[in-house]
Amino acid sequence: MAYSDKVRNTYEGTLQGIKDKGVFKQERFIHSSQDAEIEVEYPAGAPLQKVINICANNYLGLSSHPDVIKAAHEGLDSRGYGMSSVRFICGTQDIHRELEKKVTEFLGTEDTILFPSCMDANAGVFEAILTDEDVMISDRLVHASIIDGMRLCAAMHDTFKHSNMKHLEKKLQLHADKRLKVVITDGVFSMDGDTAKLDEMVALCEKYDAMLFVDESHSSGFIGKTGRGTHEHCGVFGKIDIITTTFGKAVGGASGGCVSGRKELVEMCRQKARPYLFSNTIAPVVVAGVNKVLDVLMGSTERRDKLEKNTEFWRKGLLDLGFVLQKGDTPIVPVMLFNAKLAQDFSRDLYDEGIYAIGFFFPVVPNGAARIRTQISAAHEMHHLEKALVAFKKVGEKYGILGLTKQEIIEKYGL
Amino acid sequence: MEMKDIILEYVIEEYLEDEDEVLTFDSPLISGGIVDSFSMVSLKRFLENKYKISIPDDKATPEAFDTVDKIVALVKEYIN
Amino acid sequence: MAYVKEIKEYYSSQLEEIKKDGLYKEEKSINSTQSAEIEVEYPIGTKSSKIINICSNNYLGLSSHPDVIEACKAGLDSRGYGMSSVRFICGTQDIHKELENKVSEFLGMDDTILYSSAFDANLGVFEALLDEDCAIISDALNHASIIDGVRLCKAKRYRYANNNMDDLQAKLEEAKGAKIKLIVSDGVFSMDGVVAQVDKICELADMYKALVMIDDSHATGFMGKLGRGTHEKHGMIGRVDLISTTFGKALGGASGGCIAGRQEIIDMLRQRSRPYLFSNSMAPVVISGVLKVFEMLSKGTERRDKLHKNTRFWKHGLEDAGFILTKSESPIVPIMLFNAQLAQDFSQDLYKEGVYAIGFFYPVVPKGKARIRTQISAGLTTEQLEKARDAFVKVGKKYGILGKSKKEIIEMYPLSI
Repeated sequence: MAYSDKVRNTYEGTLQGIKDKGVFKQERFIHSSQDAEIEVEYPAGAPLQKVINICANNYLGLSSHPDVIKAAHEGLDSRGYGMSSVRFICGTQDIHRELEKKVTEFLGTEDTILFPSCMDANAGVFEAILTDEDVMISDRLVHASIIDGMRLCAAMHDTFKHSNMKHLEKKLQLHADKRLKVVITDGVFSMDGDTAKLDEMVALCEKYDAMLFVDESHSSGFIGKTGRGTHEHCGVFGKIDIITTTFGKAVGGASGGCVSGRKELVEMCRQKARPYLFSNTIAPVVVAGVNKVLDVLMGSTERRDKLEKNTEFWRKGLLDLGFVLQKGDTPIVPVMLFNAKLAQDFSRDLYDEGIYAIGFFFPVVPNGAARIRTQISAAHEMHHLEKALVAFKKVGEKYGILGLTKQEIIEKYGL
Repeated sequence: MEMKDIILEYVIEEYLEDEDEVLTFDSPLISGGIVDSFSMVSLKRFLENKYKISIPDDKATPEAFDTVDKIVALVKEYIN
Repeated sequence: MAYVKEIKEYYSSQLEEIKKDGLYKEEKSINSTQSAEIEVEYPIGTKSSKIINICSNNYLGLSSHPDVIEACKAGLDSRGYGMSSVRFICGTQDIHKELENKVSEFLGMDDTILYSSAFDANLGVFEALLDEDCAIISDALNHASIIDGVRLCKAKRYRYANNNMDDLQAKLEEAKGAKIKLIVSDGVFSMDGVVAQVDKICELADMYKALVMIDDSHATGFMGKLGRGTHEKHGMIGRVDLISTTFGKALGGASGGCIAGRQEIIDMLRQRSRPYLFSNSMAPVVISGVLKVFEMLSKGTERRDKLHKNTRFWKHGLEDAGFILTKSESPIVPIMLFNAQLAQDFSQDLYKEGVYAIGFFYPVVPKGKARIRTQISAGLTTEQLEKARDAFVKVGKKYGILGKSKKEIIEMYPLSI
């Protein structure tokens, strides 16, 4: 050990720099289950305040749904708490295999392999199926975990402009000589809430013999008429070669993720994906919850329908108030503020009004694109959303940004 | 068209999201955040295909790719 | 999509290759909770049978302990199932903070940051702390997650021979000019069960002004007199700068991991570490269980003591029978078989005798070092250990390897190249 003053000073200096730029992330402590209304201690030591949460990935309101809790209780009794093992040693239970089958059916693929998280699925999948003779062509706005996975893979990596199909086609032509080609995109982009053009991408992949990879973390369970995801929404259900998704958002919200797709690709992951071989199996108690969630989702579209209705109401409400939103029709509704400091102040004022929504700024979004990202849930009732709109109006008025364009807001607050 | 115009045109089309942005022969591409290290690969492939050359990986450094002028110099080294 | 015939055939042939090399991993399905005896369905579709499990990381026998299960149920009712969020958005509960404080206290560190898994902790720690002017000096047998984390970091990399302090010193010498130097080692090497010389590592670190990081995933909860880990065993509490560890093994076995360390380092990780910023908060239901485990550990060392007693009994039994073991000082007890196919066959035969222990071979261990890795648990009774030993002896006799040297075993079961 040599945690010298020099080392300490180095890190203290960096931390101070982050604070000076106004981009220091401060956590707020929640003293309740995740739900439409939560009890929060913020700042640390302050008395608890009941607030409406509009920034969780709890899209379907299932994170603490009584049926899911009950299923977890039962799972604890029948299959225990933890497995203390990776999958291939002694960490595979019948319920893990049951979940893999259910996901396969739900997503319309050939087979599925579970990972401890979707981060791990994305970190491990590329290296398991590609070599240096191959190429990965990714949308420039894919999730950080995909980027880390590509960094760990020896295949050539290129990008195409966000959702730009002409540019993608050029890249497919440029790399026509590569042995295997994979086109990589998010189904719904988490920061902007826009949707990938999967129908056009499927056509391009067919034309140029490329495989298609889609991360459905922000769409599984609620995008598409029966909630199967972006591929259902775009009319290409059954045509995606590799889907990754998470159980940590709409599908229960605890943890775990998966790679679902062509049988051989899934099998390759089982044999070679490092986070699968070297990290724990999903805990039985978590699996029990996810199995229940999928049963609920395959039985009825009631929750996703309510989410859709809530989302429409929320978007329209904000637009009518004069906020600048990112275009899209998903439950991710970013309210654009551009300036990082403004985003933080706005968030704090919302909190005083009983609304929990946090500011996003660099490095999570590009410089100059700071925002409040709101996320709508089926757990929200009309009165929650109405109250939240009143708060947004009040704070928007305080900062004088209602009805202003992007240019005008930037002129007023700088970047 | 001269080599440096062709390369500048490619960079503008390939990397600029905002068409109003101005790019010149000595604009910093990598250090200026216009071309990220992932996207460099397609620039290299473009040059190799276009000028029928092969640039060794250890020569295709972020420094050597940082401006259009530098790229032109690099390409000329490999054209016989 | 264009999953054309050629692509499908390419992957099918890759899989065939893996099977031909005897490296194909086939999973067995467990139709019970994790414990000393489990119900296993293998091959899938057959009737399940009850067998003794000696290959889990359930070192303290807490993975399905009734008290842990009860705590989880109470946790489900008060704090829910999932958080559907990363930590810094709306994924931090009071119990997350409580667990971080408990871990810091248990390990004797300033502060702690939780991750979805220790794999993710190791994946995200290096890049957040070190840049290209820094250096990482890493043991050659470190866990895969450390290797991947190092691959994602721009710092200069130095690798020293496993547990070899002379080589570590040579590499520290080479790295002398670096801005920050970090030595990283597993506390217990999971494939061999060997314990790192944490005291000597700390001495060298002092000499060269380097930071020390230990991955105690296979030590936290039972290594050292109070079970604090390899730093306690070597009298180095307070002298290690970063410890990464898991809740997925001895500490309940569900999931989750963490890094405990110096205050500024943990603060940096909260701001910069990608798996922390971009992956879910640990599920409340899992946290509730881990909190209970720490409460149980703080009450006494009974389980840890039983584990060490069991381990001694098991090692002596196998050595007396004439098996080749590694120089393990931990409950990880590998039986060396060298040949991958032999390891697989041995495991199958053990299974028929009612003992569950699987074969390890490339790429999990180097080629030519295939083995059966057994792991002892405080949950095992002496009768179960005796039964397992008898099964090993019976199968060992069948393959004629009892009392044989490494050379002799390899002559009988040659290594494929």
